[in-house]
This record gives sequence, C-alpha cells and structure tokens, in this order.
Amino acid sequence: MRQFKGGKIPGYLHTSVGQEAAIVGACLAIGDNDAMTGTHRSHGHPIGKGAHLNALMAELMGKEGGICKGRGGSMHFADKSVGIMTESAIVGGGIPLATGCAFSAKVRGVDQVTLCFFGDGAVNQGTFHESLNMASLWKLAVIYLCENNLYAFTTSLAQSHGQADIAQRAPGYGMPGLTVDGQDVSAVYEAVAQAVNRARVGQGPTLIVAETYRFDDHSFRSSSRALGYRSAEEVEKHKRDRDPLSLYRKVLLEEGENEENLRAIEDEVTDDVKQALQFALASPMPRPETLPDYMFKSSLAG
Amino acid sequence: MQTDVQKFAATPGTHIEMTYFDALMQAQVEEMARDERVVLVGEDVAVYGGVKLLEQFGRNRIWNTPISEGSFTGMGIGAAINGLRPIVDLTVGSFLYLASDQIINQASKLRFMTGGQIDIPVVVRCCMYPVGSNAAQHADRPYPFFMNVPGLKIVSPTGAADIKGLMKSAIRDDDPVLIFEDNHLWTVKGDVPTDPDHLIPIGKADVKREGKDITLIAVAGAIRATMEAVDALDEEGISVEVIDPRTLKPLDHEAFKSSVAKTGRLLIVDNAHRVCNVGSEIAAVMAEEAFYLLKRPIVRLSAPDIHVPFSPALERDFYPTKERIMQASRQLL
Repeated sequence: MRQFKGGKIPGYLHTSVGQEAAIVGACLAIGDNDAMTGTHRSHGHPIGKGAHLNALMAELMGKEGGICKGRGGSMHFADKSVGIMTESAIVGGGIPLATGCAFSAKVRGVDQVTLCFFGDGAVNQGTFHESLNMASLWKLAVIYLCENNLYAFTTSLAQSHGQADIAQRAPGYGMPGLTVDGQDVSAVYEAVAQAVNRARVGQGPTLIVAETYRFDDHSFRSSSRALGYRSAEEVEKHKRDRDPLSLYRKVLLEEGENEENLRAIEDEVTDDVKQALQFALASPMPRPETLPDYMFKSSLAG
Repeated sequence: MQTDVQKFAATPGTHIEMTYFDALMQAQVEEMARDERVVLVGEDVAVYGGVKLLEQFGRNRIWNTPISEGSFTGMGIGAAINGLRPIVDLTVGSFLYLASDQIINQASKLRFMTGGQIDIPVVVRCCMYPVGSNAAQHADRPYPFFMNVPGLKIVSPTGAADIKGLMKSAIRDDDPVLIFEDNHLWTVKGDVPTDPDHLIPIGKADVKREGKDITLIAVAGAIRATMEAVDALDEEGISVEVIDPRTLKPLDHEAFKSSVAKTGRLLIVDNAHRVCNVGSEIAAVMAEEAFYLLKRPIVRLSAPDIHVPFSPALERDFYPTKERIMQASRQLL
C-alpha cells in the first residue's frame, strides 16, 4: 500500500485481503502439476499456488524482473511454472480457458485437474453458462471455485442475481454445487479436496461457492468507497469478526499450536515480503526497445 | 531456402489434382496423423465434412460442440495453452463475432501479457459465403476487424495448393492463426503437392498472373471475378499482374511494391465492406512508402458500406464484378 501511495505501483491495484482462506484452502487441495486460472483480483492466486513473491512484487511495479516482464501487471499474475495458466481481467473470461485446460487433460488421458477461480459477478456472464454445460457434458476434471465476495465492483448480489444462491445454478448443468464458509480455510480445503477426488476419477466438475468478503475497496484508484455502495459498519464488522487470518490463528491456538511458533511464521512471511519489496525496487524497468518482445513465438515474416 | 517457385516446380507425379475443399481436408488429416495433439472442435464437425476425420481419428480427436461459439472457442484456446493444438471450426464467418472476445482478449494477448510464458497454438477456421441469399447475418467478411488486433496471424488462401500449405503451416505454428476460407472456392480444382511437408510460409504473397500494365491485388474470394476479368482484359491487350496476398496479417507489402515498381498502377479488389478493409490498409501503406512509384491514384473496388441483402436482385452486383474490375482497369491506364 505504501508503495502504491508512494507512486511505485502504477495502474490499478486489486488486493485479495479478506479472501485469503478461499484462495489458499482451494490451492492446497491441488498439486503442482494441476492447472489454475484466476481473475483480475490476481494477487492471491499465485501466492496460494506457490509462486515466488519477488517476481510478483516486481510485476506490480512494471519491472523487467516481474513474473510477466512488466507486460501484465496487477490483474495478470500468471506463473506457468506453478500451473497458473492465466488470470483474466475480462470478468468470466477465464472460465472457458479453464474448461479448455481440463478438456486438454481429458484428450491427453492424464489425471490433471484444473481449478477455476471467478467471482460472483462472473456467474452472470454467458461464458459461465456455456462452459459449465460443456464441462458437465464431457465430465471434465475442473473445479469451478466462485469467490463470492458479495459485490461485483459496486453492484451487490441482490442487485444482480435473480436467484442469489449461486450453488443452486449447478443442478441446472447436472453437476454438484455447494456453498462453504470461505473464511474458514479448512472448510474450503475439504470441499475442494472432495471435488478434486471426484474429478480425478472421471466424475466431472463441481461448482463450489466460497462465501467471502473483500476488505479493501474494489481497487485502489477506483475511488468507489466514497460512493457508499456498502456501509463502513459492514466492512468493519467483517474485518473484526470474519478475518480469515485471525480466525485460523484462533483455531490453531485452540488446537494446541503455541504462540511463539505462530509469531515465527508471521515474522518469516514479513521477511519474505520485505525481501520481495527490495527485489522489486532494485529490478530495472524494461527497456523501451523491448516493447515488441513476447508478441509472437515465431516471428512474423513479410 | 527453397522458394515457392522451386517448390511448385517439383517433378511430375508429386502433384495431384484436387478441389480446394479436399485439399483443406487433406491438410487436416495429414496434420492429425502427424501430431496427436491436433484436435478438431466445432459445431456439427462430426457430420459436416468431418466424417472421414471421425472414421480415422475417433471421438477423442473430433469434438462436436453445443452451440456455444464464445466458450468452445475459449475452450480451444484453453486447451492450446495446456498441451493441445486445436483447430476450432466456427463454420460461418459471421459467427466470429460471438467468439471475438476470446480470440481478441485471450488468444491474441496471453503470450504478451504473460511475458512469453504461454504458447497459444490454436487455429480458428471460418468460411465466408458469396452471393446465394445468405442474408446479412451469414455473409460477412470479418477479416478487417481482426487485422486491427495485434498478436494474430490471418490467412485467406484462394487455391487448393495454398489452402493445404497454409493450413498445415497454421496448425504447426505456435501462435494463434485465423483462417478465412471462401465457400465459392471450395469446388475450384488445382494441382496440390503430395509432399506431407508442403508448407506455405505465413506472410508471403503470391503472383498468380504476371503482367506489366497494372498491379491488381485480389483479396480472398475476389480472386474469381478478378481472374475472369484479367483473362478478358488480356484479349483487349491489357496486361494485368495479379497478386494474391494469401496472408492478411502480416501483409507482404514488399511483394506489392515490387509489382507496382514495374506497373506504376494499382487496383485493389476486396469483397469486404469498403471502410477500413484490407484495401484501405494496402492503399495507406503504398501511399506512405511507395507514392513515388505510382503513375495514377490507387483504385479500390469493394462491397459497399451496406449490409449484404437477401434478394437475388439486390445481391447480384453487390461484390465487385468482372465488368467493374474491367472498367476500373481500363480507367487506370
């Protein structure tokens, strides 16, 4: 945040704060060789899937050392080395791609599964309808994971869904649909792990709706907070009662984990972030003459 | 490197006469046999034109899809970034609009946006329909829209040997390639090399007829009326050099310039609507880079800025005709 305000991070910044458990719980249930697609709120997915923080932070700053060489930015944190094929900033745009990743696994006869993240807004796109139908028809190994944070930018679920129970869409496609507490990392993990088991043995896709909440504004620079689409009290209540990090910390302490160990882990994370920040700040900007790089695999003749 | 001329001058017995459509099918059969990652995806593909493919390759390689153009195209792109080399058949050119978000926002951009991490070896096929009362929603020529998108390669073969060679090049290419076929070329026969590695490079135009008075660039299906006109003009003593761009993105401007350097006169025939079509782009580049070669202003013939009509009476002269091409050629001299 300080880096954004200090002008080091250009463009928009869509943070995943508040949605960590939905992301991490789902990612823990799949393996290194499994595929994933994400959304414009793309910071959390690669961290959950195991990408290195340094290159992610450098990407936020548009640096040459960024995971996408400064070509993608905040909304496009793909890291193929850990199976993150793409993060689509066209809402719902990644759903057909995830379906295609799973289609490829079926044709190739491998037991890879694909985890497809999208938000409550994307459920109203045609790609959701078309893709879930095909995945069900061909029993593709894909898990459709809806991070339902209750707002598509400023438009609430109630204002945009004729039927607000998103999991209820699944039976219409002939697949199981379930809702889990997205602030409970264990609950998300359990639900996704079961769906992964179904998918790996050829029983097809599952729709999982993780009920979560976005603690920050839609994006920094969008200035939507002032528009009053959700109350300060509502946000504060979620931050106080529904912070997935605090909730899981409490669970761990109750299960006998000691405070010192948790502090040590938290310090380690803080160090990693500091190190990533240093790496990113030190990374050079891409040279202007490299603008055409990465347009084509085989260069254009003519 | 072997030139196209050398390739086409192969010894007797290395060519076989076949239609444009059969050459297109043969390219797919050969590439599917060569590489098991090649799959065909689209509406009714298992029935229309795909029966032979289905018999040979089975249902795991030939996928009949629901009517979901946007998402089955996206599914093809998703499969391409995860190990397959899909051919997505959208059948009718006008259906490309439904799939355009996935083609433009995903296929064309993924490689760039990920800093080169992702290859997207997908081929998107569609066919364009000439006169025949298809009406406005089945008769468009949408290639100009996609030419304005960075990151796509676009081809428009007009002959049997060209469709085979360009289709094979497209399937083997690691970047997204759009193929615009033309329905009224499907039955046209030509000599096609039997070499399974007969490849025509993307980005190279072809001189279909040598001439000295006028350079005529015929885009995609415009080649048929063009060749009829050129034959008739030849009898009048007007010698026209006909160039088929074959690839629309990138255009082979050097080939156009070489010809105009010889003739000093340029006529472009493009069946797409007139505003911002292929002819517009070629004319702009020629004006910028080869103005000094031109003896007369460039002339363009196109479909008008009006939708394709249904009635045969309205449709008959909708696209540039042999007569209009002849008239424009005479005026250029």
